Amino acid sequence: MRTSISERALDAIVSGVLWGFRILIVLAIIIGTVLAIRAGTYTRAQWIDFVIFGVAQGSIYALIALGYTMVYGILRMINFAHGDIFMTGAFGAYFTATWLTKIGFTDRYPVLGLMIPILVAMIIATLIAMLVERIAYRPLRGAPRLVPLISAIGASFFLEYSFRGIFGPGKYAYPPINALEGEWVVLGIGILKVHVVVMVAAGIMMALLYTLVMYTKVGKAMRAVSENQDTAALMGIDVNKTIVSTFAIGAAMAGAAGVLFSLVYRQIDWFMGFTPGIKAFTAAVLGGIGNIPGAMVGGLVLGVFESVGPSLFLEGLGIIRPYQLKDVIAYTMLVMILLFRPSGILGERLTKQKA
Amino acid sequence: MMNNTNKENSLWAAIKIGLLGGAVALFISLVGMAEVFSKRDVVEKTMTLGQFVLLAISVASGLLAARRTAALLDKPNTASQAAAGLIAGFFSAAILTLFVIIGAKINIRTVFLNASPGLYSMLTLNQGVSGVWILPAAGAVSGLLGALSLSLPNAVRRPLFHAILFIFFMALFSGLFRVVMINQSGFWEKTAKYLFSQTGMTRPGAAIFFALVVAISAFWSAKGQAIKTNVANLPKGRQIGLRVIAFAVIAFIALGLPLVSGAFIAQVIVIVALFILMGLGLNITLGFAGLLDLGFVAFYAIGAYTVGLLTSYGQYGLQHISFWAAIPLAVLVAMAAGFTLGLPVLGVRGDYLAIATLGFGEIVRLLAGSDFLAKYFGGPQGIIGIQKPCIGVLGEFTKVDVPRVCYSLFDAAKPGIELSTPQSIYYIAVASAILIAFVSWRLRESRLGRAWMAIREDEDVAEALGVNLIQTKLLAYMLGAAMAGLGGAIFATLIGSIFATSMQLIVSINVASLIIVGGMGSIPGVIVGAIALIGLPELLREVSEFRYLLYGATLIIMMLAKPEGLWPSKTTQRELHHLDAGTSAE
Repeated sequence: MRTSISERALDAIVSGVLWGFRILIVLAIIIGTVLAIRAGTYTRAQWIDFVIFGVAQGSIYALIALGYTMVYGILRMINFAHGDIFMTGAFGAYFTATWLTKIGFTDRYPVLGLMIPILVAMIIATLIAMLVERIAYRPLRGAPRLVPLISAIGASFFLEYSFRGIFGPGKYAYPPINALEGEWVVLGIGILKVHVVVMVAAGIMMALLYTLVMYTKVGKAMRAVSENQDTAALMGIDVNKTIVSTFAIGAAMAGAAGVLFSLVYRQIDWFMGFTPGIKAFTAAVLGGIGNIPGAMVGGLVLGVFESVGPSLFLEGLGIIRPYQLKDVIAYTMLVMILLFRPSGILGERLTKQKA
Repeated sequence: MMNNTNKENSLWAAIKIGLLGGAVALFISLVGMAEVFSKRDVVEKTMTLGQFVLLAISVASGLLAARRTAALLDKPNTASQAAAGLIAGFFSAAILTLFVIIGAKINIRTVFLNASPGLYSMLTLNQGVSGVWILPAAGAVSGLLGALSLSLPNAVRRPLFHAILFIFFMALFSGLFRVVMINQSGFWEKTAKYLFSQTGMTRPGAAIFFALVVAISAFWSAKGQAIKTNVANLPKGRQIGLRVIAFAVIAFIALGLPLVSGAFIAQVIVIVALFILMGLGLNITLGFAGLLDLGFVAFYAIGAYTVGLLTSYGQYGLQHISFWAAIPLAVLVAMAAGFTLGLPVLGVRGDYLAIATLGFGEIVRLLAGSDFLAKYFGGPQGIIGIQKPCIGVLGEFTKVDVPRVCYSLFDAAKPGIELSTPQSIYYIAVASAILIAFVSWRLRESRLGRAWMAIREDEDVAEALGVNLIQTKLLAYMLGAAMAGLGGAIFATLIGSIFATSMQLIVSINVASLIIVGGMGSIPGVIVGAIALIGLPELLREVSEFRYLLYGATLIIMMLAKPEGLWPSKTTQRELHHLDAGTSAE
């Protein structure tokens, strides 16, 4: 192969700059961490709080990330509207929960008062996702890859601004569940009850999903279609139906995540899906896209980094108001993971053909 | 027996189409569009835009149902088609009727914000519940009309359709036309008052437009083909002459419009010109090399901040140099940023690249707006007091927050020409856009341009053929970044200030969408896309609330119906229609 000197020089520059980036970021993290720990601004209990909040937040990201990863696994397509599906679930739950609280149902049966909105959110998110798939994605199957991505961006806008039009641009306060106020003390550590509920609920959902994908016929069909659509079709799998059920299951997870998110942050609005959506995608990439356990791990890692990061390495580096840069950590992690290990933490198998 | 089941099928099909139409109508009402549109008239004292839209849905349902019936039945006849149209039209309105009846009993406004008394009275023509019959009746009649229109000969139907469509657009834009024409006074002012009312068109105005469009459309459908062949048969020299004339007319309008249109439209046109400029830049990255860069706004921000820091007379200004010196610097800085940011991510492919660059865009925005870097970039307060461009000599910088005076080039005592109006910035933007269009036109046919397109089609094959992937991609990415920087720099000068909050992802998505809607890789496509996606929504104040809703719908519909864009380059068109390419003579 002919390579001119200038090309070789350029290659050298490329790898030099790449290594520069890597070393710089690793150094920044290490120095920041050391400095922050030596400064001792935060007590041990506060660090633990950060981590717990991170896990709660991360399990929400993980739930959303599942939808991204499953759809990407099957269609090789970034479902840009997935974050907005999450938002539609939150809205459905909001109206249900408000009504249940108003008639006093939530106070009498707090467990049902939590579960009914989650169920409603899952149903609404699923229906809307199926509609979006039918209208905006299905006709574009097999088109060049940019085409469905742009359509997904369109769907995202459409959902956001439909909800803005129908329910107004303001923020809604999500009704709290009184039984979930306060903390539980576990091993001498106080944990907000809401966070426990979020973690447990997310854990149950993920376990259910994992069982579904690994041990049922639908799950087997999904895995087969994601491996090879044509072969799956030859084996008698209804590819269309499988794709729809993938969208539906992913959306159901996102809808549930919407409720958990609302419980933690206590407010919802039409634009709430955007940032969690991108972060969940980051989580999916982090864990290895197309990989279901990967999405779970990726979500948790991202959540914890985002929660601990500002105080740990940013404040250590002398950055004022580091929480403003919380999202920068998430996006930097996204770029970093694409640089260092594009296959993600757990991804190995499918990267070559997908990335 | 067979015939019978088919009839049942066609009945059910008509109902289904009607219900779908009704769902759309309900959506439009709930989202608030119907009520907002009903404040605007199509024809004064006759029909509001809201009514027009709802009736149009019924007409469309009727038409579709009739068409479906014709396809389902063995022996379709006008009567059965008309019946299908009637049924579909009825059902398309029935959902709204149901909504009005329910709304009168239960207060659903706590959930649906727009289920207001205003909406109900609009849907019942101010009759209250006693007027619920109006909707289904109007729907059924419209559906019937839609169905009957199917049996009209094409030569009649098409002009009518064009005229109605035109009336709709005229109604949307009438306010603008009116303002522009009234500004001219004299004859134009009188015409404007005759044709347009405060809220829409007058009756004679609508009639004139209707007749005009019907006449033109009928003439074109009768003679259009002949004219086309005639033009095609003209000698080569004459054809080029015609093109030059057409181009001159367009250029004349494009350059003259901001001078006569007044400040508001001028502002919109500048923004369109800026987006054309940036679209041409991203067109190199996305359209030629196929790299979807959703972090375009990062370079836009870098260009804007460079100009801001170098020229501002506010507290964050560093150098106080002139606009003309700052522009090339901004472009260079953006290009350098494109190099550094591009290097690490360009190994990443396809969708991953889109998300990685999106991450960059967000990082730049968050850093620029953070308190951490506020002492350099002004944080959330942004940078204000950006010096306007001056043709002449700039006076010395005296103190903070005092703009430098612009002196004439020849006489230091006289004031020079300060380009402070949107109109003058417009010419800077247009000049830059023409330059970029020329550059990208020349690049496209060059060796480099062909390498880009090879990468776009297949990276592996391109590499095997000896294209250096990193180098080639990096060049495309840097050129795109440079253009984005230029766009940002001009934008900062136009507004006179920069805020990190205006560096949203939506800017990147806007630019990418306008390229795709216009036609990837096509230079005229960028212009068409910018006008359609940026210009029209900016002009339409009535729909500004629903701008992004319609934007999203447009993106989906475009991808479904015309993925190659409004004005595609010849290659893309061939690729996406490779099946019927054989029949069309190229």
